[in-house]
Amino acid sequence: MTEAVQNLLQQFINGIQTGAVYALIAIGYTMVYGVLKFINFAHGDVYMVGAYIGYFAIGGFLLHYNPALQDVAALIICMAGCAALGAFIERLAYRPLRNGLTKGDAWPWALFWALYAGLFGGPSLEAHSGLNSVGAFAVAAVIGFALLLPAFFVLFNYLGKRLQPTNSRLNALITAIGISLLIENQWQASFTATPQQYPDQGFKAVNLHAGVIQLNVNGGRIAMLVIAVLLTALLVYIVRYTRTGRAIRAVSLDPEAAALQGIPTDRIIAITFLIGASLAGAAGFLNHNLGQIYFKPDVGVQLGLKAFVAAVLGGIGSIEGAVLGALLMGLAESYVGGSSLSAFKNAIAFVILTAVLLFRPSGLMGRHVPEKV
Amino acid sequence: MVSGGLGRRGRVVFAASMMLLTVAMVFGCKENQTTTTTQGSSSPPAPGGGGAAGGPAIIIGEYGSLTGTQADFGVQTDQGIQLAASEINATGGIEREGKKMPVQIAVDDDKSLAQLAETSVKRLIDEKHVIAVLGEVASSASLAGGKVCQDKGIPMISPSSTNVDVTKGRDMVFRVCFLDSYQAAVVARFAIDGLKAKRVAVFTNKSQAYSTGFSSEFKKAFAKYGGQIVADQSYSQDDQDFRGALTAIKAANPDAILVPGYYNDAGSIVKQARDLGIKVPLLGGDGWSSSKLLTIAGPAANGCYFSDHMSIKDPKPLVQDFVANYKKKFNADPTSMSALGYDAARIMFDAIKRSKSLGGKDIRDAIAQTKDFSGVTGNITINANHDADKSAVIIAVKNGAFEYAATIPDPNKPMSAK
Repeated sequence: MTEAVQNLLQQFINGIQTGAVYALIAIGYTMVYGVLKFINFAHGDVYMVGAYIGYFAIGGFLLHYNPALQDVAALIICMAGCAALGAFIERLAYRPLRNGLTKGDAWPWALFWALYAGLFGGPSLEAHSGLNSVGAFAVAAVIGFALLLPAFFVLFNYLGKRLQPTNSRLNALITAIGISLLIENQWQASFTATPQQYPDQGFKAVNLHAGVIQLNVNGGRIAMLVIAVLLTALLVYIVRYTRTGRAIRAVSLDPEAAALQGIPTDRIIAITFLIGASLAGAAGFLNHNLGQIYFKPDVGVQLGLKAFVAAVLGGIGSIEGAVLGALLMGLAESYVGGSSLSAFKNAIAFVILTAVLLFRPSGLMGRHVPEKV
Repeated sequence: MVSGGLGRRGRVVFAASMMLLTVAMVFGCKENQTTTTTQGSSSPPAPGGGGAAGGPAIIIGEYGSLTGTQADFGVQTDQGIQLAASEINATGGIEREGKKMPVQIAVDDDKSLAQLAETSVKRLIDEKHVIAVLGEVASSASLAGGKVCQDKGIPMISPSSTNVDVTKGRDMVFRVCFLDSYQAAVVARFAIDGLKAKRVAVFTNKSQAYSTGFSSEFKKAFAKYGGQIVADQSYSQDDQDFRGALTAIKAANPDAILVPGYYNDAGSIVKQARDLGIKVPLLGGDGWSSSKLLTIAGPAANGCYFSDHMSIKDPKPLVQDFVANYKKKFNADPTSMSALGYDAARIMFDAIKRSKSLGGKDIRDAIAQTKDFSGVTGNITINANHDADKSAVIIAVKNGAFEYAATIPDPNKPMSAK
């Protein structure tokens, strides 16, 4: 009897930890859906990039600091790096789709292709000059940017006036899938498919006693859970009680009416991507560093998909729903993973989703909004 | 916000930009997928053959997991093969009909994905025109690549795929290692006699042929020796959170846990098991044989055991010469995977030397006739099933290092008390 209760509680703890990671990712899906009504499938790859940024930071310039400082600094760098990436993806791909190409789109496009100029031009420049590989990459990228910027400027200026913008969500969705594949495959080409692992942060396994019941959990995972809860609370505060949060909610409710009230929709959408991506970056760092799980360039695919399912389960567009859905999924996976049906652990997410959507088509906490025709 | 139909020009521009993205993606992938031909020797012969010794180069293909989840196995095997190639090229190459023919190894990375192994082997055969193929470590990949070799009539030697089905019904495919039916029985015998473990839990990766084969062979043998399987859990490719199943395993209160996966998963499982307060030994097979296991699991791995093809601490001169040469060339210790790669390559060279012609069927016949070949991993005789009969050793993890623990030549006999 005691053993059964202990088991149940242990699986509960395991499930909450998994769910916390899903929640951090799911929030990004649900927020972007809220303002733009499309699924940003590149979100899982932002998570993956977050894991790598932290890994490079800790193995690089943070190497000689003490672990606590390393972790805090790396977490902030991850969040900042991913926020920048998320906002850049929006600026590069989604905004031109939404508002039409303008000459203002020249700089993100030039920047994007400048990276490739650096990637392909760098090695040959390295061979014919005294530069090291990083220097050669930078020089080639800067030259590429300088050449491409005026070219795109002229091109977009010409095209922009002759193009009708489109509000098709399908286009945005397919672009998101394209961006996701691009990041994943480019990452694999640049950093190989070999799994990487954060150095051991020295967290010990902790025994929790409560009478006869004894539970085990790793110290790093407790820290992970605490940080995840703090970040989620911070997010809820921002969305509920700040001007920016009110603007996000307004855009999510009705973008055109919000624009008429003087809300800069484009900037608010960019901020939404910034926030969502920074949480994904934090999740990537927490799950792989504090959770000590190895990662490779396709790690965002499965986790991203599950977080997406969690967001839909909770009612896409609702932040509270995303958190609830994520925790439910984490618990379900944990209990199924520990039963005799453990082979179906990854399928259970979709079984639950199907079952819930049959009875509540807009998810657990989703509002049913009649389609405007 | 403006809505409405997408203009014709709009469509063209967005289609073009998506195409650019796709092109970028394809280029991105290309970098890693291209086949590289490496010369084992430090002094490469002139292109198209015509080295000092005379004959044209013999090109042998190698497909392996140079990157990805089993990258350590792929790289270790590759380095073993490179060592063998450089040694034979130092003598001028493979001697055939009085002429020395230098060896070239064409390497193709399958990124540890069985579905890419097929493409890798096709690329080697169709584009590099290799006359024989070496690879893979992972059984799933060897099964996929072996099918291509069989269909195209190119002989293949797998250095270290232990799944029973790898050579079954394929006359072109060989291996130079033992089978899981034997290896799993060795682990079962060690568990029951060496560890006095009567109750064992099994935790299988159901996406890997190696893991599922190992588990089912273990269960058969363990039941035969009088043990009991108290929990049977599984996980799949890309799973990283094993705590659900491990909690259930812990509740079953086993004396030991069998984890027949590869080192990445096994390392994570060992670590998460210790976090959950599981103190019993975890057992594995040759899939654990990588120093990466120690990196991932850290001190959690102490007190675990696995079966392996050999111990590099074996004092035999043949082994120690190999270890010294390997260290000199690669500045690192070899593993049993490097030794098997080395042996597989040398058996291939030996067979090509004895073969009547450089045709696939003749090389196959020559490999099949390999008898008492003195390899680093033991004496190798290819049997009628195209497998090698060899004995396994048990390796213990102690103080963060691999230590030799026992040799079990015949698992059907009880272990003598130490």
